[in-house]
Amino acid sequence: MAKVTVVDTSLRDGSHSVAHQFSTDDVRRIAKGLEDAGVDIIEVGHGDGLTGSTINYGYSKCSDFDLVQAASSVLTNAKVAVLLIPGIGTVEDLEQIRDAGCSVVRVATHVTEADISAQHIEASKKMGFLTVGFLMMSHMASVERVVEEAKKMESYGADLVYVTDSGGAMLNSDVVEKIGAVKEAVSIPVGHHAHHNLGLAVSNSIAAIRAGATYIDGSLGGLGAGAGNTPTEMLAAVMAKEKIESNLNLYKLLDVTEQELVPVLSEYGVHLPINHDALMIGYAGVYSSFMLHARRAAERFNVDVRDILIELGRIGAIGGQEDRIIDVAAGLAAKK
Amino acid sequence: MKKLRIGLIGPGNIGRDLLIKVMRSEYLEPALVINVFESNGIQFAREHGIDTSIIGIKGLDPYDDIDLVFDCTSATAHLEHAPILAEKGIFALDLTPAAVGPYCVPAVNLSEDLLEKPNLNLVTCAGQAIVPILSAINSVVHVEYAELIASLASKSAGAGTRANIDEFTQTTRKAMMDVGGADQAKAIIILNPAEPPINMRNTLHVKVKNPDIAKITEAVHKMVAKIQEYVPGYKVVLEPIAKDDVVTTMVEVTGRGDYLPTYAGNLDIITSAAVRIAEVYAQKKYGGKDNG
Repeated sequence: MAKVTVVDTSLRDGSHSVAHQFSTDDVRRIAKGLEDAGVDIIEVGHGDGLTGSTINYGYSKCSDFDLVQAASSVLTNAKVAVLLIPGIGTVEDLEQIRDAGCSVVRVATHVTEADISAQHIEASKKMGFLTVGFLMMSHMASVERVVEEAKKMESYGADLVYVTDSGGAMLNSDVVEKIGAVKEAVSIPVGHHAHHNLGLAVSNSIAAIRAGATYIDGSLGGLGAGAGNTPTEMLAAVMAKEKIESNLNLYKLLDVTEQELVPVLSEYGVHLPINHDALMIGYAGVYSSFMLHARRAAERFNVDVRDILIELGRIGAIGGQEDRIIDVAAGLAAKK
Repeated sequence: MKKLRIGLIGPGNIGRDLLIKVMRSEYLEPALVINVFESNGIQFAREHGIDTSIIGIKGLDPYDDIDLVFDCTSATAHLEHAPILAEKGIFALDLTPAAVGPYCVPAVNLSEDLLEKPNLNLVTCAGQAIVPILSAINSVVHVEYAELIASLASKSAGAGTRANIDEFTQTTRKAMMDVGGADQAKAIIILNPAEPPINMRNTLHVKVKNPDIAKITEAVHKMVAKIQEYVPGYKVVLEPIAKDDVVTTMVEVTGRGDYLPTYAGNLDIITSAAVRIAEVYAQKKYGGKDNG
């Protein structure tokens, strides 16, 4: 399978989770961590895109311009993206945002309304942005219609096109069918943006990749509207197990979530329901009841719980062998 | 009574709806329909005994008795048409976002002065729907900021609207300030493909100081009655309500079903406004209908 480009939208879709209150400091802190963890594109701004800061959608603490500028000020490799929803944002808004350091524009319409994006996609291309056509609420249209609308976006000049599951309502089979059909019909890369409302975000993302998608969205800890997006760190773990290549670094993603995002969210009274130790158990392939024992052993021997779990997986520890946890932890401590 | 002789350029969704209203008017007489290609709209006009031309604005040249032209083409085309119409001394009502002339929202600012201008712009359907309500609220309490969310049935938005969504939002926004009186404004448009198609729905949020809901409601109702004179399907669906310094109200427009079915109230409100202006102009130019 082709290498996957990962777009993290913690700082855009994730803005919904904090009622668009991220500060420029928050953005600097998290964006830097995302880049270090291998994220290719970092989307920032109001959850409803450029100029979404309104009575209807809620006011942002900081302008999209300031947030983009904050992100780009700390990045060297990762690109900064913004969302533009025609009908809310306009072409005029793009010029300013380019000056702030943005280089990717995602032009989003309802899945049946791609033709309102023509002027924005054309203008975005002309301004030199990597331009993404983003078909929202893809569950609401037939396969044929999704294909038709994706082809329109391609014809306007989009560099890639997304089949977006804004409602978290698509099943694995829907994703396979729609992504597959779009991939077949267009000659540009195809992406998928999932929501976790039915608990399918990760599996749908993997299904999308298998069906030909090469751009996948995630967010740290699955932050985002509704039940949130595909957790980027979980995506990294599953992609690694699936032998799908990306630039993501699992440990660094876990660290940036725990060390940067969680403290930022707590300032806004938002608690992220993450369990990275459980994620590591699945990743390492060990008995689930090892979790609490491994945590205790990590503390006792002052080693990384993740290393314990991975080592237990490597040596093939099975259910009942809780005794091996202390053994492994002690061994790791001795090697330090 | 002498009727006002009407030319119409661009018989698309808006043009066709407008044409039917012109044909029904006691003050207006459809004289010529122009397009740049053969179309259903041209055929419709021909079938109703109206002169047609498919060579664009040049189609006007053989005529010296056209009083008023409705331009239902595009902003780009109208920029080309406007000086030609002005030179011919034809009163132009511009239904594109070109806005060469001043905005006219008949319930708010249709005045003798405005009718002296060579060219008036009809803003947008959303502008025609919400500017009067905004203006009514602004007449009793100063509006610092106004925000409109207009939802239209996808089927009611033609190719021109779709290709120019930015012009739509920007023109609407500008009219909310220039005609509606808000200091700042934002217009959001949403095309909804639901079946059966939705009626046009407009939500207006305004930021004001110490809102007096009774006074605001009264002003809104007075204005609604005024709009209903030319758009019978216009109604308030959420009476003004306040939360802190934000007052919210919603209006719905059901169309008359002239060209598109009744869900296309967005078509009705702008074409009805255009016909209203034309009829007032006709009475000014040729007197009332009884003055034969």
